[in-house]
This record gives sequence, C-alpha cells and structure tokens, in this order.
Amino acid sequence: MRKILLQTLLKDPLTEARPADDDPEFVELSRKLKQGVDRRFGRSLAIRQVDAGSCNGCELEIHALNNPFYDLERFGFKFVASPRHADLLLVTGPVTFNMREALQRTYDATPGPKWVVSVGACALDGGLYAGSYACAGGVSGVLPVDLHIPGCPPAPISLIKGMVALIEKS
Amino acid sequence: MNEVFAALAAQPDHRPWPRREVDEAMWDALAQQLAAGEITLLGLWGEPGMVHMALLDAENAVAVASLACVGGRFPSVARHHPPAIRLERTIHDLYGLEAIGAPDPRPWLDHGRWPSRKTSGGYAFLPSLGQGLHQIPVGPVHAGIIEPGHFRFTACGEAVVRLEERLGYAHKGVESLMAGAALDRAGFFAARLSGDSTVACSLSFSRAVEAALHFEPPPRGNWVRALMAELERLANHFGDIGGVCNDAAFALMLAHCSVLRERVLRACDVCFGHRMMMDVIIPGGLKADLNPEAPAVLRDLVATLRAAFPPLIELYENTASLQDRTAGAGVLSPALARQFGCGGFVGRASGRAFDARRDLAYPPYDRLKFDVPTLAEGDVNARVWLRIREVEQSLGLIDQILAAMPPGRFFTEPPSGGGEGLALVEGFRGDILAWVRLAPDGKIDRCHMRDPSWFQWPLIEAAIEGNIVADFPLLNKSFNCSYSGHDL
Repeated sequence: MRKILLQTLLKDPLTEARPADDDPEFVELSRKLKQGVDRRFGRSLAIRQVDAGSCNGCELEIHALNNPFYDLERFGFKFVASPRHADLLLVTGPVTFNMREALQRTYDATPGPKWVVSVGACALDGGLYAGSYACAGGVSGVLPVDLHIPGCPPAPISLIKGMVALIEKS
Repeated sequence: MNEVFAALAAQPDHRPWPRREVDEAMWDALAQQLAAGEITLLGLWGEPGMVHMALLDAENAVAVASLACVGGRFPSVARHHPPAIRLERTIHDLYGLEAIGAPDPRPWLDHGRWPSRKTSGGYAFLPSLGQGLHQIPVGPVHAGIIEPGHFRFTACGEAVVRLEERLGYAHKGVESLMAGAALDRAGFFAARLSGDSTVACSLSFSRAVEAALHFEPPPRGNWVRALMAELERLANHFGDIGGVCNDAAFALMLAHCSVLRERVLRACDVCFGHRMMMDVIIPGGLKADLNPEAPAVLRDLVATLRAAFPPLIELYENTASLQDRTAGAGVLSPALARQFGCGGFVGRASGRAFDARRDLAYPPYDRLKFDVPTLAEGDVNARVWLRIREVEQSLGLIDQILAAMPPGRFFTEPPSGGGEGLALVEGFRGDILAWVRLAPDGKIDRCHMRDPSWFQWPLIEAAIEGNIVADFPLLNKSFNCSYSGHDL
C-alpha cells in the first residue's frame, strides 16, 4: 500500500490533468460551477439522491461524479446519507407507484430552502414507461421540479452541466 | 431430464430448446425433481392462463414445461422447491394465477398501490420472537446512491437474527409494456431491464428473438457483441471490487478501481458512441459497426488495465484490515447456491461452476479460450477474488476477439413472421434468461426476462445470518443484486 500511496503522491492528479488535456469544456464548466456554489450556497451544497424506479443506469453515472476524473466534491457538492442533511434532491426514474410515497416523504423530510433536480429521460415524463399501470410518470407530477437533466443516462459531464444551469437559474 | 417429460411432443415453433405442454401431474413431478436437486430451475413465469418453467438438467440440456391453468390455478412448485416462492408470488401479482399449496401467499411486486388493480396493501413481515430482539427497518430510500428496496432486520444486539427483504419498489410493468410492442420498442425495454447489464440484457433479448425467427446475425455481429459483453463485465467488476472495499471503509481501492471503470466507459464511448453501450445490440446484429479506431483504442485500454490492475490485487491481498472484514463474512453455502441455481460470481464463489458462455455456449464463445474460475469458500472475500479472476479472463477474451474478429456485415434484417425463442446469456452478474413469443406480424406477443438476481437476492437473507448489522452493506455489495432487473 505504501508504494501505491507514494506513487499517487508523485503522479499528477487525474482530476486536474485529464480534463485540461482533452476537454476544455469541462474546465470551463468546472470554473463556473465552483463560482456558483461559492456565491449561492455558501460554498457547499448537500445532495440526496433518490431512485424512484430507474433502471440503475442513471445511478451509475451519478456515482461516476465521485470518481477522480470528475471529483464533484471539490466544487463543494457532497452526497449525503439523509434528506435531513440535504439542500437538493436528485431524483431518477419514472416514479413508480410503489416509490411515490417514499419520494414524497423524502421531500417532506428535506428542510427548506430546497431544490429538486430530475435526472434522465424517465424522470421527465415517465419516458419509455409513460402510461404504465405501475408508474406515475415523471417527477414533476409529484414534486415541484427546479431543473431537468436529460439523457439516458446523462453522462457525468451532462450532470455537471445541469448543476451549472441550476446555479445560474437560482 | 424426466424421461416421460422428454418423450412428450415439443411445440413445433419453439427454439432452440424444446417447450412441452404438460399436465398437472407432470408439472408436480418436475417440481419434485427440482426439489431432489436432479434438475435446476432457470425461470418460472406466467402469462394469462398459463405458466411456464425453464429447466436445466445435469447434462446442461434445457427445456421449458408449460401448464395451462384450469380455473386460474396451478400446483405450486414452491411447496417442494423454495427458490420458486417469489416467482410464484410474482405470477399471482401480475397475472392473477394462484399457486395451489404455495408456502407464502403474500404479494410480492404488488404493494397495493397500482391504481388499476387496488389490492389491500397490507403486508406482514415474518415474525421473529425472542428476548431482547429489535427490528431495524432500512429503505426503500437508502443512504448511498443505490436503487430502492426495503430490508427488515431483526437483531439481537449487533448480530442479525433474521433479514427479510421486501422488493418491488422499482416495478415498472415491463412485461405488460413489452406485450404488443414492435421489436425495436421492445428492445428499448430489454436494454433497460437493469442498466448496468444493458449489453447482456439486449443480447439475451436479441438472441431469443433470433431463435424465434430461426436466423443468426452475421459472424461479425456476434464477435462485436462478445467484445461489448466483456467490456461491460470489466466495467462492472472494477466498480464492484472498489465498491466492496469502500464498504469496508477502504476508500483507496474505490478511487483506483473507479479510475479503471471510467477508462473502460470512455473507451466504450469512443468505440460505440455510448458509455454504457446502450441500444447498440438489436435483433439481427448491431445498430452500428465499431468505430474504425476501436481496435487501437481497445488495445491501449487493455494494456493500461493490465499494468494498473496487478498492484491493486496486491493491495487487496496484503491489507490485513481489509481482509479482516471480507474473509469469513457473509458465507453462502455451496448447497444453497446449487439449490437456487445461483449464477454468476455469487454462485461460482460458492462452488457452482456454471457459466452460460461455456455450458450453453453461444457464438463466438464456442471458439474462444477462457477459464471459468470457481471457489468454494462462498464468503465476501471469495466473491471479490472471483471478480478479480474474471477481470483477467475478460482481458484475455478481448485480446482474442480483437485478433480474430471477422470483417463483413454487422447486421442482417430479421425475417418476418412469428415463433417462440429462448436464450440464456452470461451477464456480469450471471445468466440472464429471455423468452419471447412473436406474433405472426412480428410484434412481441409475450416477453419474459429473468434477471440473475432472482436466484441471488433470497440467498442474502441466508448469508447474513449470524453476521453483524454493520457488515450488511459489505455483504450486499459483494452480491450486488439488481433491484430494477428483479422488480421488472
């Protein structure tokens, strides 16, 4: 382990080098995001993710935001374990009827001021699953949604773009 | 397989394995054979007025038994063979067919919240009685970024006395949405049965359709599909190895493994135009051919992974505090893995050496060399090692595929017509079963997809017994069952 830690110290961090090399868009977004979070949210925004029946594709890409390439936490975003600690709910899935009450209760447990961001094609209007006997169809039918991030699933870079849009809007 | 069953006439248009209609006595005899361990249950599903079960015998022969349900009833398989319990509860929820003699009559996917068919909604968890026992309800909204499900722990101090799962929160009504859909639309549902296995699910669905229509995609289509399946396996195994270690509070491993996972996804994005390769595999082959740069990109990727992974294996092996958590935790006995026909790394870490790529070989795996690693310990540690070994196998497979991938067409237009097809495909999590019946106009009449999680979820309840509550996330991640794939 010492060898790996030592190598990690000696190498450039992936987070800085990689996007600067091959993705100028990411660098620009990163800068905006950081400024926005600093200005609007006292430099820290707590996110609670709620899966309201997704296929788990969106979850995988939301997970990727925490990897060293995207490292969302450096902007002050933090995924928290309880809605009571959250400023923002990140909701995926077509809102199955079996999850609707849990989603509503999660929202109710989140202290204001709070934001809701729906993520992925299903969360917009039910997507493919619109009209199913088992789906309420879209987060906005259940909660007031501040922003929607499209994609199936949205790539991490799209998720970051969405966060920037939210900060510029609010 | 049962000789009398094998002698029955097979339905003429079901491929590649036979489907035979049986009477109640034969249905029950097969259930007893399942209970005796002579055959393995691959799937049990319903449709209006009929139930089907897919069976695997010791020689890896597959067959489907179908029973017309007179008066909406059929003899319970679960009363002999517990792995069928949740499947029968699901058949009742979705199709109203009643399993006579079923040991657990409670609903499963139906939580009493579907407006179109309001049931009572009451649900009684199994009781646990004893001094000093307390219950811990967890979910459906969890602490991490994961799917919804409810876990009801009964604990005595820190030790888990009973865990009862309640699933179905992600039920989207996939089977009903697929019925009547055109092939392309049905394919979208198949690709989203469980997003992490989108390639394997699409492959299973496509192979079932191709079997039903009695045609094969062009060779290049098959080879590129296998390439995608191995890339998906790599990405998920890296994610899981890091995730298990992270749940033992060893975040360093997650950071390094998530870099490897991200590299795979970025390479997939370049080669296939989508990080998770969604909707690329369709009946007849592929929606688009590989990016011409793909072989070079993937060779680079394999070289990077080969260099980066061994030090991480060493890190896993030589970190005593991590081994202390994973070794001996959450043991799944080989007997249970065998009884449940548990596939994937969960089954193989508990001695069940089944891999659809080898045992029900489909092209191009019949022409590739690979091992099916198997361990007997059945603990969290064994499930991590299984994934490590499978990463090595997948890297070797990608080498072979890149070297031997034939040029030519990547898609053949499916012929028109109807028929029935069954397919089993090895996803990263285990064997995914797809069964389709196509109407004469080529639309889906019925489609059932059985995620490997159906035969893994129940075993977590067994493997957690006697472990402490705090080890549950570790154990759960080492199984990494799909909620969406299970909930349909």
